[in-house]
Amino acid sequence: MDQSLQKMFKIEHFVVEGLHCPKCIREIEGTLSENTKIKNARVNLSTQRLAVEWRPDVNTSVEHSEEVISALEKIGFKAFPFNTSQIDKEGEKTARSLLYAMGVAGFASANIMLLSVSVWSGDDMNETTRNMMHWVSALIALPTAVFSGMPFYKSAWGALKGGRLNMDVPISLAVILTCAMSLFGTYMQTDHTYYDAVVMLLFFLLTGRYLDQKMRRQARSVAHNLMSYKVSKATLLHEDGNTEDVASEMLSPGQIVQVIPGGKIPADGIVLSGMSDVDTSLVTGETIPAKVEKDSEVFAGTINLNGTLNIKITATSGNTLLDEIIVLMETAEQGRAKYVKLADRAAAIYAPLVHILSLSTFLGWFLLSNIGWEASLINAIAVLIITCPCALGLAVPVVQVVASSRLFKSGVLVKAADGLERLAEIDTVIFDKTGTLTLGQPELANFDDEDVTPFNLELAASLAKTSSHPLCRALIVACHDRNIPTIATKSEIYEEPGMGLKAMINNLEVRLGNREWCGIHASYLPNNRYSELWLSVKGAKPVLFCFKDRMRGDAHDVVGWFLRRKMKVIMLSGDRKDVVEEAAEELGLSRYKYSCKPQDKIEVIERMKANGDKILMVGDGLNDAPALRAAHVSISPSSASEISQNAADFIFQSQKLETVVRAYQVSVSSRRLVFMNFALAAIYNIIAVPFAAAGLLTPLIAAIAMSLSSIVVTANALRLNFEKLYRSHEP
Amino acid sequence: MDGLIYLIPAALFLGLLGLAGFFWSINHNQYDDLEGASYRALFEEDDIAEELEKKEKNSHKET
Repeated sequence: MDQSLQKMFKIEHFVVEGLHCPKCIREIEGTLSENTKIKNARVNLSTQRLAVEWRPDVNTSVEHSEEVISALEKIGFKAFPFNTSQIDKEGEKTARSLLYAMGVAGFASANIMLLSVSVWSGDDMNETTRNMMHWVSALIALPTAVFSGMPFYKSAWGALKGGRLNMDVPISLAVILTCAMSLFGTYMQTDHTYYDAVVMLLFFLLTGRYLDQKMRRQARSVAHNLMSYKVSKATLLHEDGNTEDVASEMLSPGQIVQVIPGGKIPADGIVLSGMSDVDTSLVTGETIPAKVEKDSEVFAGTINLNGTLNIKITATSGNTLLDEIIVLMETAEQGRAKYVKLADRAAAIYAPLVHILSLSTFLGWFLLSNIGWEASLINAIAVLIITCPCALGLAVPVVQVVASSRLFKSGVLVKAADGLERLAEIDTVIFDKTGTLTLGQPELANFDDEDVTPFNLELAASLAKTSSHPLCRALIVACHDRNIPTIATKSEIYEEPGMGLKAMINNLEVRLGNREWCGIHASYLPNNRYSELWLSVKGAKPVLFCFKDRMRGDAHDVVGWFLRRKMKVIMLSGDRKDVVEEAAEELGLSRYKYSCKPQDKIEVIERMKANGDKILMVGDGLNDAPALRAAHVSISPSSASEISQNAADFIFQSQKLETVVRAYQVSVSSRRLVFMNFALAAIYNIIAVPFAAAGLLTPLIAAIAMSLSSIVVTANALRLNFEKLYRSHEP
Repeated sequence: MDGLIYLIPAALFLGLLGLAGFFWSINHNQYDDLEGASYRALFEEDDIAEELEKKEKNSHKET
């Protein structure tokens, strides 16, 4: 990173995993305060982040950050460097300016109400006092309308310039005209002014808007934290044989990286030396690990399973897998129809209607009566005030705040502002298989075979215990499930990378590993459906252990739930035919497609979109990212690849798939509540407008109507908290 | 009604005082961590003082 740039920032941020108690704060801050280079360390419990301020004379460098991370590791916390992005800072700035605007509007409402109440109740108040009260109110209200109304004016102006109407247009118009009329009234020394209504309107709307923005920022911040956990380091191998840890982004073609077993391959490249199995499930959806040796091509994001590999990074020629996916994503993005938010759709009907009503009021009074143009204008503006879109402006954000926070508690992060609205419209659900319907963890599949006896399992486990290979771990889990003891053998175990393990037990050589390692001919029990592990004891019949990807516990229930609601449910997988067919049968799915490349997934989606289907895409892999972008709305699990998480509208943090159903339920309920809120606002307008048009509106009625409609709309939105959400039967 | 001449400015002044307080709290990041503060209240002041002292000593040693 640019050194001069780093010097400017004396504060560094870290994400800390598993922060939740007061003791954590003490331990972390206490430990770091012992470091003399650190001026101040402060934990933020809400965001799970730690801010470290370096002393002015200390140059921040990677080593210092490493020092913090290792110090925290010693006391049992995992920390990751966190880069505050531009979006984060922008969000904070907006939140701050909204808070300022809200504070000013709150102050103004309280003070003007104080004056207004005395005007309303003071029958014996003489005219001079009343006029003075009005002037004082004007003095407070006008600057407030300018300052606190700014967010609305800006947004309204932007929409008008683009030839659109949004909710902020009627709001801005109401605020400006009400102020103008009240000022005119004050100058003419009339009985009524509406300053209180204006500032109250601003205060309510700003509160709604602030909460809405805050909720979304919180969701994004958690999503951002999740991403930081995935920051990957690469081990660079120099020509002299020394190694150096660098960030993956710093790698360049031609360099050689070393990847240890269990490590993620940091960049596309060619294997120079070493032999191993590579898990490509997160990239291609294929569940059986691929074998790689010298000269094999490997892709960024895949996981090296068992042997150390030296990889030469190939030039980013523009035709690597990642490049291909990025191009596909860009095309998908362009193809996505611009979604018009519900509130803006409502505004497009509402705004012209109100303005026509107001104009007819003016013309009606002016032409058909003899009260003169001033009084006619006042009545026309009264119509604008009473129809003032307070309830309408709150109808959507208030429901979204309640819905997002409800989902947040169920572990679903709402990333896109209009995601909930789009989710409610779906009629088709497309699932990816590996990592979405399944957990991406292998599970013993052939425990019914007669060879797979407890004795054989125990023997295999005694070797597998020492290995970190996923299949060995799965074997251990299978033993635990069947109460078979798993004790590592006391004999010496030898591990051959990319092949398997062997040990001498009771003077017999026991081998556990792939087919080749155990010396078994390819024609014996051929299998290209499952991941396999062989156990061979000299002189005995070899034993085959088959593994398949473990299904999420509630995948069947969730698929069934959508099918029962007459939705089309489709599985698109990059995995091979047999595996996909078996999974489809287990889930009761009749529509599926196997061996899908990323462009195949997009094609299916585009075809269905052309038929008018609204698609929810649920997927996690890099190969799903373009499809996530192309679909009407998309959800990813938090275990998904970084690019997929960025592409998705929602992220769920749970082992269970039921959260997808919950997100859908909440979105449907919130759409119902939004429509109900629109209806309530409409009913209120139908009752109130005739009074205003008749010239019967007093400031007191306007103020009561305004607060009452806001309260009704908010209370209605809160009902979402009592909604019963889906719970799958599986434990 | 003459009292109003004093009362209204007094009310406004108090209101502005509150507003200024609110602005101060925004500017000083008082709303950044709403959970941590409630726990920090439970820490022993003595411990913190002790730690600070230790830190001071260390930094003196260094200089």
